[in-house]
Amino acid sequence: MIRLEKRKEPSKFWRIANPFLAVLLTMLAGGIMFAALGKDPIAAIRLIFFDPIFSETFASYSRPQLLIKSAPLILIAVGLAIGFRAGIWNIGAEGQYIIGALFGAGVALAFFPQPGWYIFPLMVIAGAFGGFLWAMIPAILKTRFNTNEILVSLLLVYVAERILAAMALGLMRNPDQPGFPGSRDLRRYEAAHNAELIANTGIHWGVVAALIAVIFAYVMMTRHLLGFHVQLAGQAPRAARFGGVSPARLVVICLGIAGALAGLAGMFEVSGPGGQVRIEFASGYGFTAIIVAFLGRLNPLAIVFAGLLLGLTYIGGELAQMMLQIPGAAIQVFQGMLLFFLLALDFQTNYRIRLTRGARA
Amino acid sequence: MKKLLTAAVLSAALATPALADTTKAGFIYIGPVGDFGWTAGHDRARREMAEHFGDAVETTIVENVDYGADAERVMTQMAISGTDVIFAASFGYGPDVNSVAGRFPDVAFQHATGYIQDHPNISLYDARFYEGRAVLGHIGGKMTETNTIGYIASFPIPAVIAGINSAYLHAKAVNPDIQFRIIWTYSWFDPALEADAAETLIEQGADVIMQHTDSTAAIRVAEDAGVMAFGQASDMTQFGPNAHLTAIVDNWAPYYISRVQAVMDGTWEAQNSWLGFADGIIEMAPWNDRIPAELQEEANGLVAAIAAGEYHPFTGPINRQDGTPWLAEGEVAPDGDLATMDFYVEGITAELPN
Repeated sequence: MIRLEKRKEPSKFWRIANPFLAVLLTMLAGGIMFAALGKDPIAAIRLIFFDPIFSETFASYSRPQLLIKSAPLILIAVGLAIGFRAGIWNIGAEGQYIIGALFGAGVALAFFPQPGWYIFPLMVIAGAFGGFLWAMIPAILKTRFNTNEILVSLLLVYVAERILAAMALGLMRNPDQPGFPGSRDLRRYEAAHNAELIANTGIHWGVVAALIAVIFAYVMMTRHLLGFHVQLAGQAPRAARFGGVSPARLVVICLGIAGALAGLAGMFEVSGPGGQVRIEFASGYGFTAIIVAFLGRLNPLAIVFAGLLLGLTYIGGELAQMMLQIPGAAIQVFQGMLLFFLLALDFQTNYRIRLTRGARA
Repeated sequence: MKKLLTAAVLSAALATPALADTTKAGFIYIGPVGDFGWTAGHDRARREMAEHFGDAVETTIVENVDYGADAERVMTQMAISGTDVIFAASFGYGPDVNSVAGRFPDVAFQHATGYIQDHPNISLYDARFYEGRAVLGHIGGKMTETNTIGYIASFPIPAVIAGINSAYLHAKAVNPDIQFRIIWTYSWFDPALEADAAETLIEQGADVIMQHTDSTAAIRVAEDAGVMAFGQASDMTQFGPNAHLTAIVDNWAPYYISRVQAVMDGTWEAQNSWLGFADGIIEMAPWNDRIPAELQEEANGLVAAIAAGEYHPFTGPINRQDGTPWLAEGEVAPDGDLATMDFYVEGITAELPN
């Protein structure tokens, strides 16, 4: 008879091995799916996982693109992971990302066309502040009225999207392009442009910020009292309260950090790769980052790899569409498999399968 | 970048010497090819074009590409992989097309419904959808029993606003009591949102639904609710055999064939084309049988008059919504006004998002 037994301690081995196993299983199941679609599975997997980094034709372009695509995911996911560790579920990073972008772009457009070294730093501060502010709404509603932060933060995404549309159509619309929504192209305004720091590397300030955030979060979670409180609150809320951890303070801190980082990501995107405030500016980074956070086991260092891996499947997925005519939906299924297998495998982190003789019970 | 290009060309040449004279055409789409609407229309034309040229052309597509950094990356990858001509089939790709085109001067870029043309290797092409909208307005104005037409609009850009104005003017001409209710979705393809919008409009009394969004959701809702609707970009009859009155069907194939031919011949040059009924780039889907024969005749006549250039859907007198005159008696709207239209015409009670 097969029995499931809860482990006394979650298995360390499987915690680390599972993500790798999930990738392997995704390759296998994805390969079968591609084969069923009549495509060469080996070529498809190669295009998705290897060609963006190693192919002679694409790599010199797609390697930097990997950083551009992954940096906002990592930046947002690091912030989310801190909250998730404490059991604070901020699902609305997408909204905080949008508001951060609007605050950053707002500063830039207010100064246009003036030059000045101080404009970009001001935009950075404004972007972080905007995201922080948007995250404070669910935080304060939770601490004051005990509302559910999952619901509030998620619904605020839709509010943020409407504000974005209103800005692109009204206040921030490019006055030189009447009739068309969208702000000025910030890439053409030197003082506000989040340009590549080293040509053809893809490294812009957002990548640098993501790295700093990762280091900061890692040190905080492993060396600082606050990190300890966060972990304690997540694992044993009652014990945390007896230990003097204020739940309300923790909610504000965790949502605040996540909001500020998401806001920063939005600001770096709108002033760099995104270029302008447009109605369709938000493309789901805030939601994808949730997947990245879990794929990275809520560990800041692992999130870097998770973000790069997911970015890779996006860029490689496009290559697979382009070169092999694999339908876009199949690529999305492929990405979904990754999370599915990871969650499914996590089962054996906490449980073990035992073969026993049936009669004994 | 130059080194990169040489490397790309070299590796392509080494790998597939036999394909040296194949023309490669890349397509990027905002929605899925299975939207049964706008993107489906472009992909239908791509397939026709590929069939026309046979082995001489190799086409590739990437669907669901968001505006911004994603579009820029996909087009760059297409250019690197040796694509000769790239069709970017959505309005919002404008800034991205221009940014990539600047870096790949030898690749021809074709941007649908765009307006930014910063480089000599960018062609813009568009259809005069307002011509079709005039026909929809005429039919809708006569078919409605509640005198209310519901309109699902995507983004407040000139093409969409001109469509609303054209439909309204022609509905009003045959039905002075007509009312337009307009809902903006700020999306081209979002079936759930479009279905919600259709339901809301029906609740507000609309018995004819028009859409400037790409999915078939509104047609299905209309079919279930027993009201009428017009399809978008493709014939959507199969999703609402009773509801679907007709649709403006996009027929990009002849244009795509001519542009790819020009690339092959080395005669490709940047253009700015705005084509209509006369060029066959838009046509009306077969009339639903529930449209009375007499009305079908009128609609046929309207299409013929527009195609022949005898009638322009925007012929004065027409005032702006605020009552200020736009076109004088007999005056025809200049293309420039239509291409930058940012106002409703007089009589529409809704407010333009601003």
